[in-house]
Amino acid sequence: MIHAVAPGSAPQDSDVLVRVDDVRKYFPIRTGLLRREVGRVHAVDGVSLEIRKGETLGIVGETGCGKSTLARCIARLYDLTAGTVVFDGRDISRLSRRRMRPLRKGIQMIFQDPIGSLNPRRRVGSIIGDPFAIHGISRGEDRKHQVQELMRVVGLNPEHYNRFPAEFSGGQRQRIGVARALALRPKLIIADEPVSALDVSIQAQILNLLTDLQDEFGLTYIFIAHDLSVVRHVSDRIAVMYLGKIVEVASVSELYARPRHPYTNALLSAVPVPDPDQADQRERIILVGDVPSPINPPSGCRFHPRCPKAQNLCTEVDPPLEVKKDDRAEHVAACHFPVEVGEKLSRARAGIAQPERQAAVEVSHEAVEGAIGPKEKT
Amino acid sequence: MGAFLVRRVLFGLLVLWIISVVVFVMFFVAPHDPARLLAGRQATASEILAIRHNLGLDRPILEQYGSWVWKLVHGDLGFSYRGSVPVRDLLGSRIPVTASLAFGAAVIWLVIGVGAGVLAAIKPRTIADRLVTFFALFFYSMPTFLLGLFFLFFFFFKLYTAGFHLFPGSGYVNLKDDPLGWADHLILPWFALALVTAAVYSRLTRGTMLDVLGEDYIRTARSKGISEGRVIVRHALRSALTPVVTQFGIDLGALLGGAIVTENVFGLPGLGQLAVQSISDQNLPVIIGIVIVASLFIVVANMCVDLLYAVLDPRVRLT
Amino acid sequence: MSVSSIDPAQSALSAPEPSTFGEEGEAAKEIQGRSPWQLAWARLRQDKVAIGSAVVILLITLVAIGAPLIAHLVGHGPGDTYPFIGEDSYGLPIGPNRTFLLGADDLGRDVLVRVVYGARVSLIAGVVASALAVLAGGIVGMLAGYFGTAVDTALSRFMDVILSFPLLLFAIALVSLVGPSLTVSIAVIAFFSWAVVGRIVRGQTLSLREKEFVEAARSLGASDLRIIFVDILPNLVAPLIVYATLLIPASIVFEATLSFLGLGVVPPTPTWGNMLSDSLPYYKVAWWFMLFPGGALLITTLAFNLLGDSVRDALDPRYARLFKA
Repeated sequence: MIHAVAPGSAPQDSDVLVRVDDVRKYFPIRTGLLRREVGRVHAVDGVSLEIRKGETLGIVGETGCGKSTLARCIARLYDLTAGTVVFDGRDISRLSRRRMRPLRKGIQMIFQDPIGSLNPRRRVGSIIGDPFAIHGISRGEDRKHQVQELMRVVGLNPEHYNRFPAEFSGGQRQRIGVARALALRPKLIIADEPVSALDVSIQAQILNLLTDLQDEFGLTYIFIAHDLSVVRHVSDRIAVMYLGKIVEVASVSELYARPRHPYTNALLSAVPVPDPDQADQRERIILVGDVPSPINPPSGCRFHPRCPKAQNLCTEVDPPLEVKKDDRAEHVAACHFPVEVGEKLSRARAGIAQPERQAAVEVSHEAVEGAIGPKEKT
Repeated sequence: MGAFLVRRVLFGLLVLWIISVVVFVMFFVAPHDPARLLAGRQATASEILAIRHNLGLDRPILEQYGSWVWKLVHGDLGFSYRGSVPVRDLLGSRIPVTASLAFGAAVIWLVIGVGAGVLAAIKPRTIADRLVTFFALFFYSMPTFLLGLFFLFFFFFKLYTAGFHLFPGSGYVNLKDDPLGWADHLILPWFALALVTAAVYSRLTRGTMLDVLGEDYIRTARSKGISEGRVIVRHALRSALTPVVTQFGIDLGALLGGAIVTENVFGLPGLGQLAVQSISDQNLPVIIGIVIVASLFIVVANMCVDLLYAVLDPRVRLT
Repeated sequence: MSVSSIDPAQSALSAPEPSTFGEEGEAAKEIQGRSPWQLAWARLRQDKVAIGSAVVILLITLVAIGAPLIAHLVGHGPGDTYPFIGEDSYGLPIGPNRTFLLGADDLGRDVLVRVVYGARVSLIAGVVASALAVLAGGIVGMLAGYFGTAVDTALSRFMDVILSFPLLLFAIALVSLVGPSLTVSIAVIAFFSWAVVGRIVRGQTLSLREKEFVEAARSLGASDLRIIFVDILPNLVAPLIVYATLLIPASIVFEATLSFLGLGVVPPTPTWGNMLSDSLPYYKVAWWFMLFPGGALLITTLAFNLLGDSVRDALDPRYARLFKA
């Protein structure tokens, strides 16, 4: 069994809020008259993680890598195919919807789409008041006061209590979503790409709000994004996901300083650098081919068809997530041939047959963006 | 395609089976005595007993159902209470009338409906468009029988008194005997039946045509210099027709219902007239026969429409 | 663990005043906070066709309610026959005059009074049957769309079967067994209309179910019932209102058709359908006998259809397709 945190440095159980152990989520594909199962989408395929109290864990990966599915497994919006999720010392992975209900107060979600996640036909006051209504906490004037207090906390005008979502801007709508998630004073908030649908100018405001709220209410965040530059600002640690598996976990500074997995390197190389001189010098890594289908994931290391360093071993053996040489104990990577500091990946040549490789070095930024898909739809 | 075909036919058989069960339960099991109903109001007790035995109503229900379906499958619909004519022959003589009426009306409504819809769509927001919209709403609000009455009054009676003997007010002539007379007798019923439904089709065609004409591929076709007529007929109308085909399948039941009404307005000796007569006569075997035959027609026709649809739009086969 | 424990003074520090947010500034420029319903109402009020047809419907309703009053004023009951003053020496109905404002029928009854009474049957049948159909179709459609899988397959197939039934023929079959009446008519109309509503509601629920706000409600711990009624239903109210308004004229037509064929309300109760049926043999000599019930029927259905169309426009201006109900 693979753990994101090496045994030696495992934090005390009392520090851990969520323990995700070998979680798998497969979606069956059914066709035909009898709805026979003809295949399975391996959306999340054996993920283990620990999230400590009060920290922010960023989860990064391309569209379709399973990060949103993982988030919904932790929030138990999905039933798990296998594995366990322990929240606050309690195994919630097999709880029924009814048994799960009281625990929902502790785990809340913020969604990506500030339009889709708010019911267009309901007033903001009643949307934010939902948690109180569902858990029977308060009613009438009492609830209204609580909702207005929440609106103030997230920076909304409490007088807009009776408005409809359509009357707010994108950033304000996301604040409504934050207020709703905050209502029950949860321990954990799972934010599924909370700023991806917002204008860049608004993103920072929401990120700052989330950071402020974390300090004020002692929240723990799981912060999902496809964009490393966003995650970097809010996260303490970052987990990189590829095709349903975690390939590397490290603190933000470690990950930026010594990315060990070639995929992490590729992601990092796509982050825009503000300084043009620095940007010129930087190595750009272009990945070959497309993301393989999660219905039939590649054998061995799932990254091998696109990895510049892939060898025969990679096609056969799935590399375990483990601490690499000279790394800190909390920095783990799943790679047979981890990237060394200073190594030029763009010069690397795979030892196996791969799809046609385009010009690998000094390609335009757009091409890199295209390759790792920074724009994600829902 | 094969799987789709099998699924569609299976569903058709399912519907037919359900209809047979519903009809059987309604007429033979429901909390009344079918023998008494079948015997008529003046029947004596011994006559009812004889009928009960003849029909096998003293046997277990499942056995009754089995033999009833067995007879149905072999085309045996029993005998009319009036004059003991086989229901099968009775229906056989009426079907050509209803078929002529329904088929002709369907052709007219499709032509008028789609034509008016296309006209409205290629000249949106013009007087032509507004007129089509107005008449569509007008005819849509018009019950078929009322339109038939108005037709009778204006196109038969008023023309007749004015000296124009253009359309007969009632009756039917066989197609084989006199094709012109056949069409002449049917032209008012055809339009009465067609115009109400044509309204729906004109709006439907207009809507989808407008959608399609806004698509990029139409703009591409135009920019290639293809003539406007060709763009509309070859490119736009083709995709606009798919919802029309769907709607046509849905409306087959309505077509038959409308035919029943129209026959009664214009005195056409079709299934509809027979059905209404049979109700006042309490002639149950005939009613059962008509329901079964009409259901069979609708199910089969629906199946054909769906298959046509699958040919037109390959995506359907996947669902 | 409720929010009331948040210290206002403390949270005021962490939450900046709204004015410090650039995005708030522009959006907060006092737009009148109007609900989608208020907006629809405002659009509807500006629509002359909608106002006109609403007035017509209101008048017809008032006339239907006040039918006994009108009968009293005219001095003829709906079933009263006047063979001497209502028919001429050949026994044919007489045309409009001072005693019979809209003429008399084949039995020498007052057409005006009968048309007025006929409005009652039409409105009751139209409204009750549509309400039943929308209620049943709405519930079944929401259940099928929300729960999906086996529930959906079963309910959808059931609706398909009903939709492929030749309904008028089954009405005939049913009436031949249980005898005609208003209740049977309403039951038949509702039974064959609900599946249309059900199919549409199912489709909409299916797409609403995938919306993030439903997932949000689920993550808050909302029960299925709460999600269906609190989160999904408000989004279906607009289409349901539209279908109800468009179902009413269709039901009125259906009822009139049944009455016309002698399968609906039984004489002597006057309905527009059975009046028209009675007028059929007389259309050459007594145009008023056909025109007034026919005109009343046409005006009523036209008014409801026009109103339904306007309501749809007002509730969803993007909705362009008419008559898909």
